Amino acid sequence: MSETQPNAPQSLYAAQEPIFPRRVSGPFRNLKWVIMAVTLGIYYITPWIRWDRGESLPDQAVLLDLASRRFFFFWIEIWPHEFYFVAGLLVMAGLGLFLFTSALGRVWCGYACPQTVWTDLFILVERWIEGDRNARLRLHRQKRWDFRKFRLRITKWVTWLLIGVATGGAWVFYFTDAPTLLRDLFTLNAHPIAYTTIAVLTGTTFFFGGFAREQICIYACPWPRIQAAMLDEDSLTVGYRSWRGEPRKNSDEVRAGAAMGDCVDCMACVNVCPMGIDIRDGQQMECITCALCIDACDDVMAKLGKPRGLIDYMALTDEVREREGKAPKPVWQHVLRPRTILYTALWSAVGIGLVFALFIRSDLDITVAPVRNPLYVTLSDGTIRNTYEVRIRNMQHDARDFILSVKGHPAIKLSLEGIEGNVVSVPADEMRLQRLYLAAPPGSDPARDARSEVRIWLEDRESGARAFKDTVFNGRGE
Amino acid sequence: MAKKPIDKQEPDTTGHEWDGIQEFDNPLPRWWLWVFYACIVWGIWYVIAYPAWPLVNQATAGYKGWSTRANVAAEIEAAREANAEINARLVAADLNDIPGDPDLNAFAVAAGGAVFRTYCAQCHGAGAAGVQAGGYPSLLDNDWLWGGTLEDIHLTIAHGIRNETDPDARWSQMPAFGDLLESAEIDQVVNHVMSLSGEPQDAAAAAAGESVFLDNCAACHGEAGEGDITQGAPNLADAIWLYGGDYDTLRETVTYSRFGIMPAMGGANLSEAQLRAVAIYVHQLGGGE
Repeated sequence: MSETQPNAPQSLYAAQEPIFPRRVSGPFRNLKWVIMAVTLGIYYITPWIRWDRGESLPDQAVLLDLASRRFFFFWIEIWPHEFYFVAGLLVMAGLGLFLFTSALGRVWCGYACPQTVWTDLFILVERWIEGDRNARLRLHRQKRWDFRKFRLRITKWVTWLLIGVATGGAWVFYFTDAPTLLRDLFTLNAHPIAYTTIAVLTGTTFFFGGFAREQICIYACPWPRIQAAMLDEDSLTVGYRSWRGEPRKNSDEVRAGAAMGDCVDCMACVNVCPMGIDIRDGQQMECITCALCIDACDDVMAKLGKPRGLIDYMALTDEVREREGKAPKPVWQHVLRPRTILYTALWSAVGIGLVFALFIRSDLDITVAPVRNPLYVTLSDGTIRNTYEVRIRNMQHDARDFILSVKGHPAIKLSLEGIEGNVVSVPADEMRLQRLYLAAPPGSDPARDARSEVRIWLEDRESGARAFKDTVFNGRGE
Repeated sequence: MAKKPIDKQEPDTTGHEWDGIQEFDNPLPRWWLWVFYACIVWGIWYVIAYPAWPLVNQATAGYKGWSTRANVAAEIEAAREANAEINARLVAADLNDIPGDPDLNAFAVAAGGAVFRTYCAQCHGAGAAGVQAGGYPSLLDNDWLWGGTLEDIHLTIAHGIRNETDPDARWSQMPAFGDLLESAEIDQVVNHVMSLSGEPQDAAAAAAGESVFLDNCAACHGEAGEGDITQGAPNLADAIWLYGGDYDTLRETVTYSRFGIMPAMGGANLSEAQLRAVAIYVHQLGGGE
């Protein structure tokens, strides 16, 4: 490469330097294991939870039924016209990220981001098969592909691929009945889209988790850039107490006879870092605050009989305070600030609003679209008739009969296309489109006036639940 | 990351310099460069495989023979195949049973609506309200010239009215009374016709016109002007006028007669399934009997 021969023409590319994080143990590592188990568990198990909704409806607890445009979530069923629930959840997710970022820095990146969780899983597999950091480094540097290197690499890649298949496989189960799809997948009867989706997600999981890893966070992900704007000097991030650690062992100052700081330059923090950085260089864009360097350093400090926390969660203001010899602010003071309280309030307000909307929402719905081409039809006896396209949504899981009626001028009479009387039956969990006629006899006020206000009522014949829509009756306008 | 090796020396520059700002000649990440080369290879393949170079008459075809026109044809064919079964059911079913079959009815209304907007809307309007100035009848009301049952509507659509291309087209002709009646008699009969539906009229002329009406018009339109759907004679006693119910329009109608033609939509134009679908569609617009 270029540094060996300064005058040689520079290569057109720079190879990625692979990172081989060393195994580490400690409270933060344990927390990450727990979070990995919980998040992966939720992801893989959720599509297999059953939920009885009665006949002719899916019995999958969480199902995104794109074909019939329904979202099932346990006892909740979202129809397309209730999509604002999804918008509300996205707003909550956004505010939640703001809240966590302003209080705890890049805690999402370090613990819960799928890229982090799957990369962690892939590194775990790599360590099981190829050994810890030094063994992996040796294997990487070994140019010759002997049987052992071949066997280890193939075992690792096949395991990664299987994880990738399981990842893509679990994804498609959210969109259709999981047991049926699983059987179809194995008997080669599933839809090509299912196979394509699994193939694409297998490929991306394999590549992102196995090879791209930290490069996704550094080059591809927009979130670190946005977070840079979300963090402030009170946000918790991982930092190195240079005023305590420096001058480190092996530094020029120590060689010149200066008193040594706490840092023994053991490189433990660098070796465990999945992002390949040296936290002692200060705040860096690459740092995802996974806190593994804290675990690694605390371990070394314990062995040396020194207090923990040479590398620790701290805010930028703490650095100033500690340099002045004051005690750092307690964590709760970093977390409980007007800004985080405001985010919490907004987040809660949206959440409470959504829950409230969920409880007051009706299980029947009517929309009325007046047919305006033409505005009215004159019948042979001179009656003026308006046509409306009425959509009745029965959001219960039983078929129901609905009574349609009109309130407005008493002369206006209601009738339905293709149905005697005014009762419409709508099958369970379906929407029915019905042409509805309002007629005003010749000479009556609504027949003569240009516009009359009317209200169309929908009533469940059994439960009496009601809904209405206001619309307009168009007359001759004499 | 490739940061460290580069930092050890002053990086090369490209030699470009503006306002003291130099452009470093740092290497690209290898994966980036590979993607770049792969894009070039893909671009060459794409130019060979797909229509690419615009020439005088058309672009180069590409070895895959891909074209949007062929795609549309394939999609139409796929839709035809997908609907083949339900179209067969539509043709096999008894016409009067179709509205009672929810699936079949929904399909017929949707398909019939598409046929209507393609073949019928030019005269009858997209909303089927007709155009009085042209004598194109409204299909929304309960007044039918040739009958409003499903069978009547289907027959009218299939064979048309008063056309010379289909021997089964129903036919009738109103004489032009300008040659048969005196001007005063025409005035009287027009006033009488207006009196049948209660429009304001010259009562004396209307009374005088009754005998003219009975002698000349009642044979087809009936003694009370109630019309006759077996020969397409309009009802003159209701509130609906095919060409208009004012004095001038009626006088023109009586003097010169009217001769509304509808083309036969059956045969080469529409398949039986399409005819049935559009008949169902028209029948459910509000006037069906």
